[in-house]
Amino acid sequence: MAQSHSAIVATGLRKSYGKQVVLDGIDLDIPSGTIFALLGPNGAGKTTIVRILTTLLKPDAGTMRVNGFDVLSQAARVRESISLTGQFAAVDEILTGRENLIMIAELRQVKHAGKVADDLLAQFGLADAARRRVSTYSGGMRRRLDIAMSLIGNPRVIFLDEPTTGLDPEARIEVWRVIQNLANSGTTVFLTTQYLDEAEKLANRIAILHEGTIIVTGTLEELRKLLPPAKVEYVERQPTLEEIFLAIVGSDKSDKKEQQ
Amino acid sequence: MNTHFFSDTRVMFGRTMRHVTRSLDTIITVTIMPIAFMLLFVYVFGGAINSGSGSYVNYLLPGILLIAIASGISYTAYRLFNDLQSGIFERYHSMPIARSSVLWGHVLTSLVSNAISVVVIVLVALLMGFRSSAGVLAWLAVAGILIVFTLALTWIAVIAGLSAKSTDGAAAFAYPIIFLPFVSSAFVPTASMPGPVRAFAENQPVTSIVNTIRALLEQQPVGSEIWTALAWCVGVLVVAYAFAMVAYRRKIA
Repeated sequence: MAQSHSAIVATGLRKSYGKQVVLDGIDLDIPSGTIFALLGPNGAGKTTIVRILTTLLKPDAGTMRVNGFDVLSQAARVRESISLTGQFAAVDEILTGRENLIMIAELRQVKHAGKVADDLLAQFGLADAARRRVSTYSGGMRRRLDIAMSLIGNPRVIFLDEPTTGLDPEARIEVWRVIQNLANSGTTVFLTTQYLDEAEKLANRIAILHEGTIIVTGTLEELRKLLPPAKVEYVERQPTLEEIFLAIVGSDKSDKKEQQ
Repeated sequence: MNTHFFSDTRVMFGRTMRHVTRSLDTIITVTIMPIAFMLLFVYVFGGAINSGSGSYVNYLLPGILLIAIASGISYTAYRLFNDLQSGIFERYHSMPIARSSVLWGHVLTSLVSNAISVVVIVLVALLMGFRSSAGVLAWLAVAGILIVFTLALTWIAVIAGLSAKSTDGAAAFAYPIIFLPFVSSAFVPTASMPGPVRAFAENQPVTSIVNTIRALLEQQPVGSEIWTALAWCVGVLVVAYAFAMVAYRRKIA
């Protein structure tokens, strides 16, 4: 019964490249409709887990089910119900933003591809840039287009592999908002990140990947309990540089957007 | 899963064709450059080359077409390599589509874009005085040979695109192929070459292909050379396809 409420279940996942063990027995159980953050440094194996769960890579051992489908024996069914946004924005630079979306809609056999594309462009604040080639887009715009492409066909599970790496603080907050909206609409989000604050802000459940195994997993509250109880100390809290940056730069931009 | 193969391939083909038509660099290299070669050889070197009777444009055209196709397929490798690098290849493979349509889109684009540059070059050759009395059947035979030649080179390009480590590497494999027509009967008759060079020139695939196309266009008997030409093209096609599939499986494993 427990499985029907789980979007992703993996047990005993192992993967090695030659003698180098990348994943050494990974277990996951991610409930539907939650944001799950897989936290770990570069090279910890986060992308390897994502590639295995999205049918791109075969593990050496282990069983995985995504949306109830076996990843190895029902790969085609898994692909119908998921969407992957890889580590680098996988958008076609030579096509326009609109053409990119229409292409994905056609491949997913979605009806009224043009309308779907226009709706997403509006939703992601890309309507003005719709007919420009993606090569002229900023990093944040590419990432937004990338995520918009992943939403076509309403997949029930979305994998986002380091969605905010390389983005400036404003673009990052925009992507966060998109992810939050996704989860509110019932989509399960599997997120990898190397930023602690990102996991803290977004995720219902967090797992920390270290040297090929998941060393802790739980809600933020549960993780907090693992630490010694909080001490009361007097600390003068200075604004972070991010807060200063956003206070100066961000306010202008958001004004402009509201005017539009 | 295969039910979408044709519609998926059509989408992929439309996408990569836009890559061709929106890249000035590609158009220049695969069409303007061979035309420049043709102008150079006909109007600069041609006067000093003794190709026998008949016009030198007629003599030269088959070789120029092969050079155009050889430079065209280097872009096929380049586009495929870029898809792998940018993560677009993986995005497609994580989607519910016929996976092989990704490769076939590239292969079809290679065929169509090369066909377009061949037609443009033939039209320019007509302006330069190229004439052929060949009938429909002979032209169809020429088209058939060029298609099999393009397919064979395209699958070599797929191997290069799938296994290259850098953009330069993905395109560099085409240089020896572009160079092959120079050491063949494409520009000068092989009889004028010194012994070992002549032996190489007469037994490499380009010479038999060039001679066959030339004979077809001039309504001469093609003899056994057409079978040699076809054997080369089909042989390379089969071997290249097999190795491309190995490279592909290694990539998606």
